[in-house]
Amino acid sequence: MSTVATSTAPAHAAVPKKKDRSGAWLSLLAWVVGILFVLPVVWMVLTSFHSEADAATNPPAVFAPLTFEGYKEFFTGGASPWPPLLNSLTASIVSTALVLLLSFPAAYALSIKPVKKWTDVLFFFLSTKMLPVVAGLLPLYLFAQKAGLLDNIWLLIVFYTSMNLPIAVWMMRSFLSEVPVEMLEAASMDGASLTKTLRSVIAPVVMPGIAATALICFIFSWNELLFARVLTATVAETAPVFLTSFVTSQGLFLAQLCAAAFVVSLPVLTAGFAAQDKLVQGLSLGSVK
Amino acid sequence: MTSVAEKADQETRPTPSGTPGAARRMAGWVRRAPLLPALVFMIIVTQLPFVATLVISFMDWNAYYPDERGFAGFDNFKRVFTDVNMRDAVWTTILLTVGVVLISLVLGLAIALLLDRKFRGRGAVRTMMIAPFLVVPVAAALLWKHALYNPEYGLFNGAITWVWGLFGSDNPPQPDWISNMPLWSVIFALVWQWTPFMMLILLAGLQGRPLDVIEAARIDGASGWQIFRSMTLPHLRQYLELGALLGSIYIVQNFDAVFTITSGGLGTANLPYTIYQIFYQAHDYGRASAAAVIVVIGTIIIATFALRTVSSLFKEDSGR
Repeated sequence: MSTVATSTAPAHAAVPKKKDRSGAWLSLLAWVVGILFVLPVVWMVLTSFHSEADAATNPPAVFAPLTFEGYKEFFTGGASPWPPLLNSLTASIVSTALVLLLSFPAAYALSIKPVKKWTDVLFFFLSTKMLPVVAGLLPLYLFAQKAGLLDNIWLLIVFYTSMNLPIAVWMMRSFLSEVPVEMLEAASMDGASLTKTLRSVIAPVVMPGIAATALICFIFSWNELLFARVLTATVAETAPVFLTSFVTSQGLFLAQLCAAAFVVSLPVLTAGFAAQDKLVQGLSLGSVK
Repeated sequence: MTSVAEKADQETRPTPSGTPGAARRMAGWVRRAPLLPALVFMIIVTQLPFVATLVISFMDWNAYYPDERGFAGFDNFKRVFTDVNMRDAVWTTILLTVGVVLISLVLGLAIALLLDRKFRGRGAVRTMMIAPFLVVPVAAALLWKHALYNPEYGLFNGAITWVWGLFGSDNPPQPDWISNMPLWSVIFALVWQWTPFMMLILLAGLQGRPLDVIEAARIDGASGWQIFRSMTLPHLRQYLELGALLGSIYIVQNFDAVFTITSGGLGTANLPYTIYQIFYQAHDYGRASAAAVIVVIGTIIIATFALRTVSSLFKEDSGR
């Protein structure tokens, strides 16, 4: 790294073109903007490792000694965060699995062997995503109350599945349409069975797409707050609901809050950073590759 | 393709069981079968509740007065339409959505243009830019409310104190951000989270530009601004539309930021928050449902236009 820097710097200095200089300014600007955007996250992580007294200083005590007090307080201070974290994990993973299970065959019937009015079906799925979820909240709540399903993680799983299914169908369809028609024809002429075609022709092409879909569904389920707040209480409470106990906190709690926010965001941060390119594909419903 | 195969099939060996019509119907259902579980699931979980909402919206139903349940006619709708809070909520929802989508689109475009160039650490800057989008929304809202906006020990006022201190001043301004500009506080926190989203989509759009054509234009003496206006921007149009549409879908429904940062106070209660309040705190099921029905009707009107946009995008690139 440093050798590259020393070897290119003189070359730049030797040929001081106007374009180079404005380019350097633009690069610097890009760095400044990037740092500004990441700063609140860095601040969150840094504060989580400060003592409560150092966290609440003005001007900020950037170089205060580091400590695990905030994390200790978060994990052992009051109600344990482990049940909500595990609930979130269960709800996100199970609903994502259900979404994949339902959306793959549906996408198959919308792309490779399309049903007659397949565009209408596709837009029906998208339209359900546009209807405000809050409008379906009350009937679901009343139903859950009658059926004794309030505070039950399965109710959230079903809801999260319906929340992510339209996105997944759109994404999967777009990935399945990339499977070359010639390959499918060749496979059917060779007399390959459906499972064989799925495994050896379709799977290799769409596997990255399935991963992108799973990533997006996991993130959206993990993040959801409104339904979790209304439909769960103490047993099935999820991590975002657990976080809302910090909304009206008083006194010294900033380090603990930052520790909590960081712990709850960690799965999403890890998954998202690990699969940055999949993120774009997923967010654009598979239309940007 | 398949229809030819089917016909040939029927001509060569007429199926012993059933007429050709039945066989064709059978084939249709075989085609539809993989689609049905997902479709049925979606209809049950998302459409049935709306029917229930519609029914409840015509009922007098408050959980605090269980004995007075009955048919209410259009009373709930009248109460919703004459409710000042509801009208404010509509206006707040529009401001919030348009504000966040527009600002994050413009910022996202500018940053995407910056990142479309080759420079040292480009990957690192891109990764830093994505971080805000990967913080859980409630956590992000809490972070902004307590760690950044707080007038006593928030980072913003802390930074002001520090900068003023550099110039030897010991009474720096310490604004109470959330009280002074509640709606903007929510908007800024959301812009911080959604700019990366817009940037990612637009950057992908920029990288799909035909570079040879742009190079040709540059050789022909077109200026950077000319290339941007007459080549880059038209190419980006569909990506801008996609970003605006998807961003609107999510931000119209935002609950987390409003709930966390201001708890719907100080004129920041948007429609999702207001309906949540009527239902969860006032337990007025009839009125909450009427409000929901009106929101759904409004959404359908807007969504029709939005769907038309997607539909046209969709036709452009569906090569199959």
